[in-house]
Amino acid sequence: MDIKVLGPGCARCHETEELVRAVVAETGCAAEVEKVTDFREMLRLGVMATPAVLVDGRVMCSGRVPTREEVRDWLAGAGQA
Amino acid sequence: MQGPCCCQSGKDKPQSAPQGNAGPLRELTPLRPQPVDRLRYFGTGALVFAVWTGCYLAIEPLARLLTQAVPGLSERAAAALEFFLYDTAKILLLLLLMVYVIGWLRAGLHVERVRDFLAGRRRVLGYVLGAGFGAITPFCSCSSIPLFLGFTTSGIPVGITLAFLITSPLINEIAVVLLWGLLGWKLTLVYVLAGLGAGIIGGWFMDVLRAERWLQDYLKESIASGAAQQPIGTAQRKIGLRERHLFAGGETRSIFRRVWRWVIIGVGLGALLHGYVPEAWFAEHLGAGQWWSVPAAVAVGIPLYTNVTGIVPVMESLLLKGLPVGTTLAFCMSAVAASLPEVLMLRQVMRGKLLALFLGTLLVLFSLLGWLLNAVQGWLL
Repeated sequence: MDIKVLGPGCARCHETEELVRAVVAETGCAAEVEKVTDFREMLRLGVMATPAVLVDGRVMCSGRVPTREEVRDWLAGAGQA
Repeated sequence: MQGPCCCQSGKDKPQSAPQGNAGPLRELTPLRPQPVDRLRYFGTGALVFAVWTGCYLAIEPLARLLTQAVPGLSERAAAALEFFLYDTAKILLLLLLMVYVIGWLRAGLHVERVRDFLAGRRRVLGYVLGAGFGAITPFCSCSSIPLFLGFTTSGIPVGITLAFLITSPLINEIAVVLLWGLLGWKLTLVYVLAGLGAGIIGGWFMDVLRAERWLQDYLKESIASGAAQQPIGTAQRKIGLRERHLFAGGETRSIFRRVWRWVIIGVGLGALLHGYVPEAWFAEHLGAGQWWSVPAAVAVGIPLYTNVTGIVPVMESLLLKGLPVGTTLAFCMSAVAASLPEVLMLRQVMRGKLLALFLGTLLVLFSLLGWLLNAVQGWLL
C-alpha cells in the first residue's frame, strides 16, 4: 500500500503525518508512508487543500486532519480491496 | 475561579458530547452513515448551552470580585487586570460556542466544491462569489499555494482567485465573534463589508492589469496547456448528524488549541495599553488629523505576522484610547491579510513584479478604507 501525506510543513500537516505513521505502526500493515511537500507534485495529484492524505493514489481527505478512526478505516479498506 | 470555570466548559464541549454519542457507535461498522440518538444529542447540547450561559453571565462579576480581592493594586493595575480577566474569559467562551456551531453548519463545504462552483462564472459575479467563499470556506493558510494552483489551472481567473485569498484570512467566524463581542455589531458589519470589498476590488484590479502575465513560468504553461486537474475521486463520507458533530468537535478542539495563547497575548497587550497608555497619546500623535498615519499604519501592519484572534483585542484597546476607527481597522486588516511568511510562499507562484503589485494594491486599498472610515467615524462608535 502506498500512502502519501501532502502538506508544505505547517503544524496541521505534521500532525497528520505523525497520525498516519502511528496508525500504520500500530496496525502493522505493510504501507509506505511518503511526505509530499512539493507544490507542483500536489498540483499533479490534484490536491488543493492541505493537509491531504492519498492512499494508493486516491484522495481520502483534504483540508483537514483526519481522525485516528478514519485512518484505521482506510488502512483496513485498502487491505481488503 | 475564573480560569477553571472557562477551562471546564472548554473541555466539556468537545468531549462530553462525543462520549455520550460516539462511544456505543464506535463498535458498529465504520464508513456507513450511522444512526444517532437525536434526543440524547440535542439534550446534551441544550445542557451544555445552559452551563455555558451560566459561565458567560458569571464572568463579569467574577472578574470584578477577583480584582478587588488582590490587595495593594494601583488604580491602573486594577483596571488592566479586570480588563484582562473579563476579556480573556469572554472571548474564550464565545469562541468555544461559535466555532462549534459554525463548524457544524459548514461541515461538508470543501475547497474542491468551491472551485467547481467558481470555474464557470462570469467575471463580476465571480469576484463577489470568490470573496464571499473566501469568507466562509475554512482553509489553513499554508494551503494558499496549492489552492492558488488548483484554482488557476482549472481556468478560474487570477483575479477571482486573489479575491478569495484576500478575503479568506480577513473574515472568519473567529473574527466575527471577537469583533461582535468586543466592539459591537456596527463595527463588525463595517469590517465584514470592508473585507469583502477589499477582496472584490483587489481581485478585479489584478485582472484589469492582466496579472496572469507575471505568474511563474511553469504555472503559465500548465494553464495554457489546459492541464486542468482531473476530477478526483474523493472518498468523502456522507454528511449526517454524527459526521457534523465529529467535524465541529474536531474544529473546536483544534482551533481552540491553536488560538488560546493568541487570545491571552492579545488581551494582555490590550490590557497593558488599556491601563498604562495615557488617554490623549494616540489622539495627539496618530489622530484623524494626521493623514499620513493611515498608510503608515498599513505599511507597519503588512509584514506583521498575526491572525485575527491576536489582533482584535489590541484593536479594542486602540479604539478605547482614541485611535481613529479607520486607522485602527486599516492597521489590523493589513496585519491579518498579508505577512512576511505568506509573501515568501506566494513568491513560488508569482514573479516579483506581481507580488509587489499585489502588496501595493493592498496598501492602497486599506489606506483608502482607513481614510473613508476616519471620515465617517462619528456614526460608527
